[in-house]
Amino acid sequence: MAALLEVKDLRTQFFTQDGVVNAVNGISYLLNEGETLGIVGESGCGKSVSVLSIMRLIPQPPGKIVGGEVLFDGKDLLKISEDGVRRVRGNKIAMIFQDPMTSLNPVLTINQQVSEAMMLHLGMSKEQARERTIELLDMVGIPEAKDRIDDYPHQFSGGMRQRVMIAMALSCNPGILIADEPTTALDVTIQAQFIDLVKRLKDEFGMAVIWITHDLGIIAGIAERVKVMYAGFFVESAGVKELYGDPRHPYTLGLLGSVPRVDQVRKEKLTTIEGLPPDLIALPPGCPFYARCAYRLDRCQEERPTLKEIVAGHEIACWVDVTKGGVEW
Amino acid sequence: MVVSLSLSLQDPVPRDPAGKGQDAGGKDEILIEVKDLKMWFPITRGIIIQRHGGDIKAVDGVSLFIRRGETLGLVGESGCGKTTVGRTILQLYRPTAGEVLFEGEDLTKMKGERLRHMRRRMQMIFQDPYASLNPRMTVGSIIGEPLEVHKLGGRKERKERVQELLRVVKMNPYFVNRYPHEFSGGQRQRIGVARALAVNPDFIVCDEPISALDVSIQAQIINLLEELQEEFNLTYLFIAHDLSVVRHISDRVAVMYLGKILELTDRDELYRNPLNPYTQALLSAVPIPDPLVEEKRERIILIGDVPSPAHPPVGCNFSTRCPVVMEICKEKEPEFKDVGRGHWVACWRV
Repeated sequence: MAALLEVKDLRTQFFTQDGVVNAVNGISYLLNEGETLGIVGESGCGKSVSVLSIMRLIPQPPGKIVGGEVLFDGKDLLKISEDGVRRVRGNKIAMIFQDPMTSLNPVLTINQQVSEAMMLHLGMSKEQARERTIELLDMVGIPEAKDRIDDYPHQFSGGMRQRVMIAMALSCNPGILIADEPTTALDVTIQAQFIDLVKRLKDEFGMAVIWITHDLGIIAGIAERVKVMYAGFFVESAGVKELYGDPRHPYTLGLLGSVPRVDQVRKEKLTTIEGLPPDLIALPPGCPFYARCAYRLDRCQEERPTLKEIVAGHEIACWVDVTKGGVEW
Repeated sequence: MVVSLSLSLQDPVPRDPAGKGQDAGGKDEILIEVKDLKMWFPITRGIIIQRHGGDIKAVDGVSLFIRRGETLGLVGESGCGKTTVGRTILQLYRPTAGEVLFEGEDLTKMKGERLRHMRRRMQMIFQDPYASLNPRMTVGSIIGEPLEVHKLGGRKERKERVQELLRVVKMNPYFVNRYPHEFSGGQRQRIGVARALAVNPDFIVCDEPISALDVSIQAQIINLLEELQEEFNLTYLFIAHDLSVVRHISDRVAVMYLGKILELTDRDELYRNPLNPYTQALLSAVPIPDPLVEEKRERIILIGDVPSPAHPPVGCNFSTRCPVVMEICKEKEPEFKDVGRGHWVACWRV
């Protein structure tokens, strides 16, 4: 498989009154054609900022991409002109956001919003775009799309609005779809509908997907490879089965232990990760997870571990081998 | 729990003057019983003259009971009326019809001082720890407010009790003079729990207490709630949309849809043997953090959205989305009945 997108050592910071917030601290990854990459992490870990940086959607100031490369189509998206990025954004790389209530414009009709990108990027006429919009809305399962195309967003339910978002994202046949917590605002039955839809469309269009979420359950069902993010770093990276079957980073272990499962009889108590994530303004010099880690060693406080491969295709950023009861590698 | 708990000893005034229910601590004693509860919110039209134009039937005939010391989970999707059930039980809304019995006494008939007195025994923990704490009040005054409202203890006793409560929820007692914005979501939720515990209640409605929190913090709050339940023999109504969490924390679970309970039974029975098609669909929709399980799962994907509670369908409320709907479902409402061993279900198929 060929790499479609390559992110190298991406760093994004926010310059605020209180100091410099280190939101993304040097993450690298490849996205292959047609694959789904999951990025999991808790709020504030930098997962959204990392993909917004790829699309150059970080508000500047206060934000700034301070380093790294994003290679797409032989070009570094961080170096090309604003016009150049605009040609990629919404066209070759499309994005759907978390909140379908606020990411649609309330004063434009559904047709106007879905058509916009096609008229801009594909040079379609109004009529052509309208026709295609009806097709797209049909495809994502909006009933009576033809009659509803001139409705405004408030006339649609949350699940339907998210379908409109994906219709919009697919309108230009993108090679990459970035989904930033697209189901967080949806109910579980509607979430199941939506995930089912994305899986189907992905196969149909042969897109690669980056799916960002805090929900380990969703990732297990949709991704092929997973990156676990903490405090702006990737701390573990593996194929989905390896990650869930044999998690090696203490943070991943903690996360998996702290979610109850609907298909299992109750355990006595949930394992918790005590404490809070570190302040991104004053990152500790060592491992960012040090203060909360159950396996920590002295070395972890002083030296920051970087991702290294422990088994083929399975990387962790940790000094400790948790399988041997917490000794150094 | 490590902290010494002398909370009940410190209760400044004797509670429950009738002495009812104090020594009856058995698991089978029913603390709360709800009978055919209805909460309809009127839709009015017009600005000056308000005309009644129909009702939102947020809760439409709900019956359930909760035993002392037990956790009843109430699950359903947004807008199904689960929060309204909780609030109506606490008489924050006065119900349109039905009874809410607390130790056999009907709260819906109580007023004034008597109801106020009962309120001390029922508290609530809210969903959003960012919105439910007054940003201008210190942590101490937030937790101490219920004590003041119910005129419990003097200044000094209140202060001591607030510090004690902070220790109970595993926070530093020196935080009394800080403000909510200085705390993280999980810590704020602990403050909310401390406030609910202040008046030493028997019954707490936990309204989605963890859904605004991060995964690793959720587990901390769940464990805390469980420890407190054991310590103080608390009774919980745990409202949530997350079925995995509900399975973990509840003894029995009720599934709500569009203002009605469709199924209610013991935790493991519900998850092993769901009888209502809605429960089955809901369970199959929950993602499981295990790729090997996910690979083999067959999902029941429901079509369409929940109908508006202002115009619920004729017959069974779920009939518009039910994958195994029959003719009778669209005509007559199924009865909510016990099909054996306390497994209640409303469905024509059963």
